[in-house]
Amino acid sequence: MFAEIFSIVFQFADVFAFLVLSAAGLAIIFGMMGIINLAHGEFITCGAYVTVIGVQHGLPLPLAQALGVLTAGLIGVVLERTIIHRLYNRPLDSILATWGISLIITQGMLVTMGSSMTGVGTPEGSFQVGEYTFSTYRLVLFAAAVMAMIAIYVLFMRTRYGVQARATMQNPQVARALGVRTPRIYASSFGIGAALAGLCGALYAPTMTLIPTMGITFIVEAFVTVVVGGSNVLIGTVPAAMVLGVIRTSLNAWQGQIIGQIGMLIAVILVIRVLPEGMSGWLLRRKS
Amino acid sequence: MLGKLKALNGPQTIGNGRAFWAGFAFILILVLVYPMWADPYDVGNSAYFAIWIFMALGLSLMWGYAGIMSFGQTAFFGLGGYGYGVIAINIGATGGLTLIALACAVFLAAVFAGTLGYFMIYGRVGGVYFGIVTFATTLAFAAFLHQTAGPEWVIGKARLNGFNGMGGMSLLAIPWFDGPIYLEDMALYYFVVLLLLVVYLGLRLLVNGRFGNVLVAIREDPLRAELLGYDVRKYQLAAFVLGSALAGLSGVLYTAWGQFITPASMGLPAAAMPIVWVAFSGRSDVTATLVGTFAILLAFQTITIYSQQYALILMGSVLLATVLFMPTGLMVEAGRLIRRLHGWMTTRAKGSAR
Repeated sequence: MFAEIFSIVFQFADVFAFLVLSAAGLAIIFGMMGIINLAHGEFITCGAYVTVIGVQHGLPLPLAQALGVLTAGLIGVVLERTIIHRLYNRPLDSILATWGISLIITQGMLVTMGSSMTGVGTPEGSFQVGEYTFSTYRLVLFAAAVMAMIAIYVLFMRTRYGVQARATMQNPQVARALGVRTPRIYASSFGIGAALAGLCGALYAPTMTLIPTMGITFIVEAFVTVVVGGSNVLIGTVPAAMVLGVIRTSLNAWQGQIIGQIGMLIAVILVIRVLPEGMSGWLLRRKS
Repeated sequence: MLGKLKALNGPQTIGNGRAFWAGFAFILILVLVYPMWADPYDVGNSAYFAIWIFMALGLSLMWGYAGIMSFGQTAFFGLGGYGYGVIAINIGATGGLTLIALACAVFLAAVFAGTLGYFMIYGRVGGVYFGIVTFATTLAFAAFLHQTAGPEWVIGKARLNGFNGMGGMSLLAIPWFDGPIYLEDMALYYFVVLLLLVVYLGLRLLVNGRFGNVLVAIREDPLRAELLGYDVRKYQLAAFVLGSALAGLSGVLYTAWGQFITPASMGLPAAAMPIVWVAFSGRSDVTATLVGTFAILLAFQTITIYSQQYALILMGSVLLATVLFMPTGLMVEAGRLIRRLHGWMTTRAKGSAR
């Protein structure tokens, strides 16, 4: 009996980690700047590719993963400084711009790196509960998701940067008047969002086939989580991932992966009908 | 009659003057006589380009006029295409049955758009969220159809066939006295051109009429429009359903043209294409969308012959460049330039006459 319950919890944790990790970067960029970054999937791909290339050059996996996160973050900052910052007063145009960038990157990678790349295998190790065997790496993913959330909490609630970032998010004019360098805040927030996307790619790289279009695997879940969660990462993305995780896990168990994905989408359309501002909007309204 | 024709012109379209309509008539005649001397392959190709324009016109209506941003028009394209395939395979092609399949498939796309649109528009989901949900919808559709390769995925006689794509549906056929006319090559060309003419003129009537004026009022300021007493949601839903039905029509024509459709037509990068065409052309004008979409499709195909990846890189760059340097769209800018030149020349002519 315990084994069955553990198995269900394990599957839920797996889905939860997937949703949180794939959505966190998107949610930060959306929450800070109101931009839905359609090149999000490409940042994930970037993190995964750098990780695998690092491992192939002899780096240990965690170091290669850190390198992947760093690279994605740096590319994010560069992109923000060159293109995105021109479009802050036109949020819809910035979405189109990121979509254009996404097309260029994916197809450019197909041209330069070929249609697939040899991956690195999932780190071995498993443990047994009852008669079921579970992969340890999946637990690592869950732990990483929880740690990423804690890190975001500390960064935004306990540091000087966090205060300035939240001030910029609430009212950029006043923040600027009080001496916050808002362009720098925007650039670093975009970088952090991109780095989190890179983290997602880096963590899932050992479990997947590496193809330039691998970002697609994540973006539907990422968008859906952000739409349900609303613009606040901490009180939006986490509860959204929990609710969607429950829906997804039960549908997966009942009818399989694809029904799980479609059921999640239907759930989103229903949720959005009732809570147009997402869960964080709803929670904030209840508080005030 | 003349009053009806006047209704084609108005503030919501760029080309209104006598010069525009003279040019329009001239181009229409060119389009009609073009197959007489052109290579049959090129004629078929032009028909193929024209097939996509319906989807672009629908997006222009929704996005450019009503301000609803949908990233997932390919969902309705695919629904129309698969709908046509399934119905045509099941009921066959005798008599006018393929035309009934066409109508049913477009209706199917419209009903789905109505359902999805109801939940979002009546839930006051606007802007970015609308784009994201439609985007996720088309990707989920693609993913769903991708895994329907097994023999258990069958609707009546029609196998969905997963990522291999569904084939074997009939061409569109128009019943005629001595047997049906199958719409391919030249016949398809004239059919699509006629349909495009009807849709284009119909959209002009619509956007220059009361409906279009209200749509533009909503786009400019939804709150103001609502305070003036218009039910904003009703108008937006109508625009969304109409635009999506046009995407469905594109899907039907595409499937009937190639007798084939795959889930890739709903996934990425396909979903980005209508956005690129309409943004590049200028979403706020149907004429600009029509001309621009045709031009960009022609360019895209020319490059695709060498490399599909390079063609898609070009599409991405076009989108980026449009957003950065010409947000209203190239064709709309060109139209405005022509109008300014024209105005400048007429005032000069008047001045010198004095």
